[in-house]
Amino acid sequence: MTAEHAVLPAEGTRSHTWDAAGPPVIELDGVTKTYRTGTLEVDALRGVSLTIDEGEYVAVMGPSGSGKSTLMHILGCLDVPSGGVYRLAGEDVSTLDETRLAEIRNQRIGFVFQQFNLLPTLTAWRNVELPLVYAGVERHERRERALAALDRVGLSDRVEHRPGELSGGQQQRVATARALVTDPALILADEPTGNLDSSSAADVLGLIDELHRAGRTIVLITHEPDVAAAAQRTERIRDGRIVPVTDPGTGGHR
Amino acid sequence: MNTVETFRTGLEAVRAHRLRSGLTVLGITIGIAAVILTVGLGEGAQQQVAAQISSLGANLLIVTPGSSTSTAGIRGGFGSASTLTVADATALASPTVAPDIAAVAPTVSRSETLTAGTANWTTTVVGTNPSWLSVRARTVSEGRFLTQADLTQHAAVCVLAPTTAQELFGGRDPVGQTVDVAAVPLTVVGVLTPVGASGSSNQDDQAVVPLTTAATRIFGGANRDAVNQILLEATSTQTLSAAYQEANDELLALHGITAPASADFSIESQQSLISTATSVDRTLTVLLAGIAGISLLVGGIGVMNIMLVSVTERVREIGLRKALGATPRVIRRQFLVEASVLGLVGGVLGVGLGLVGAVALPHLVHDPIAISGAATAGSIAVAIAIGVVFGVYPASRAAHLAPIDALRSE
Ligand SMILES: Nc1ncnc2c1ncn2[C@@H]1O[C@H](COP(=O)(O)OP(=O)(O)OP(=O)(O)O)[C@@H](O)[C@H]1O
Ligand SMILES: [Mg+2]
Repeated sequence: MTAEHAVLPAEGTRSHTWDAAGPPVIELDGVTKTYRTGTLEVDALRGVSLTIDEGEYVAVMGPSGSGKSTLMHILGCLDVPSGGVYRLAGEDVSTLDETRLAEIRNQRIGFVFQQFNLLPTLTAWRNVELPLVYAGVERHERRERALAALDRVGLSDRVEHRPGELSGGQQQRVATARALVTDPALILADEPTGNLDSSSAADVLGLIDELHRAGRTIVLITHEPDVAAAAQRTERIRDGRIVPVTDPGTGGHR
Repeated sequence: MNTVETFRTGLEAVRAHRLRSGLTVLGITIGIAAVILTVGLGEGAQQQVAAQISSLGANLLIVTPGSSTSTAGIRGGFGSASTLTVADATALASPTVAPDIAAVAPTVSRSETLTAGTANWTTTVVGTNPSWLSVRARTVSEGRFLTQADLTQHAAVCVLAPTTAQELFGGRDPVGQTVDVAAVPLTVVGVLTPVGASGSSNQDDQAVVPLTTAATRIFGGANRDAVNQILLEATSTQTLSAAYQEANDELLALHGITAPASADFSIESQQSLISTATSVDRTLTVLLAGIAGISLLVGGIGVMNIMLVSVTERVREIGLRKALGATPRVIRRQFLVEASVLGLVGGVLGVGLGLVGAVALPHLVHDPIAISGAATAGSIAVAIAIGVVFGVYPASRAAHLAPIDALRSE
């Protein structure tokens, strides 16, 4: 799937596209993840193979404890697989050091977490500008871009509010603004609507859909079928394995 | 992320935990102030002693009877029968023998009771020659000092130090009055200018008489040529060691001693007196500074403790910053800056407190405090170093947190 960034209104000047003719954005090959807690071993992922092309919108569904978050952390380079190979844009991430991984997270990936993960001491725009601080963007430009991103999520009037002074839906919109401010090619969202009421959830999903239409590759984790319905493709995960989709319409194996 | 941003983030973190940062800073502040004050007190005491000793006479060498090296055989009559004579002094005064010696003052001294009318006062009577005034770096405030004529005539005259004059004559002018010493009536011809007390001997309480008068008319005794000390004045500070060498060689030759180790006299410079006196103070200073240093160390451990608490408390924040692209280097620097800001603020406040103390304390304890710029700058550097050194471990712990473990923790 090819992508056009021109649709993007706010940051049309800056974009990271992977070469359309090149390798898939995400390529998992027999990825396993084993957590060790004392003597106890938990196999959170038991051999996941998955390919996601540029510009795809993929929903990952599965029951609680099936390994969805574990998968997202590996996709986002926040954690490393215990076995198997993960190639991000053709590059085997196990060969990259911590500094390089930090750069990749900073420039290519935008995260939206279920618990928002905003810094409580910083105002909305200071939270949004954080990735730009680490990208080495000059201060004036950071503020401009953070304000533009907040404008996109409809929070121009809450720029100087701290997270504690915002509703859950507004906080998640701030987090979404933070995910898109660097104009990343890949957006990873782990149950972004899990803590929101239906109208706030619709706002956030609308934003994600917009990003997809702007050419971003999206991986959305959820266990709500109607949330997954917005995606082009749904992968189901169960007990750490990808399972075939039997009926795309009626949700998961619960 | 550039340095300015790192500093901004570090400062924000310090500000966000005001009370905690404040208490940590307090530890450093007290430590630095304690070091500055103890070192200042010690320096002040050393300078005071050095100033007092050098006020006794510049470029002064003191020859005393007795061996200077106790390990080399028998000491030559230390303090008892003197091995130094007027002839020794005369020989040293010769410019051909000792060109680097400017003036020579042999002295004999003894404690005597002085009587003037109904007043009497016991003090040190010093018999010497006119050179004594310049060798001792003294001046006369009233009347005149001893002359060569007084010496040759065994004149019955004396010069009083100010305290002695005050004790004997009260407010009256002593010049021209008569003082009885060991039943010998002496005419007061002058009064010395005060110089202040120094160590055990009070330089403002003594009576100076001609050496000849003292030997023959006041002290008497079997050996009238013997002297207690010979004071030498070198021509300059630079020639002090040459003067020492000339005096040493000449006296060894005069006394017929071949091995310098068995010399029956010793020569001391003011410099050696100063170093003896100040070394005692220095030992005390080092001890006090050591104790103050320990309080500084405790302050440093406080910084480390706070930084570790801060890392543990902010695991989630660190994880999030890493997820958003902070490299381990950036995280480490952020925490190092935080720690050194604590150290810097503590150092500056500590120096401030130390300076206030340096102004206030002398009024309470009547001891001078010498604060040097180098010590002050050094203290601030030490405080920052403490922040950095004790911040390194917490900072590297923060830097090496796995982003996901950090994010997951509640
Ligand atoms: N740090 C960890 N240490 C040990 N076990 C872990 C750890 N993280 C996850 N697990 C285990 O791995 C499995 C998968 O967890 P994961 O968080 O990926 O589930 P999930 O699909 O996201 O569930 P949910 O929908 O409830 O968020 C679970 O059994 C969990 O207990
Ligand atoms: Mg989860």
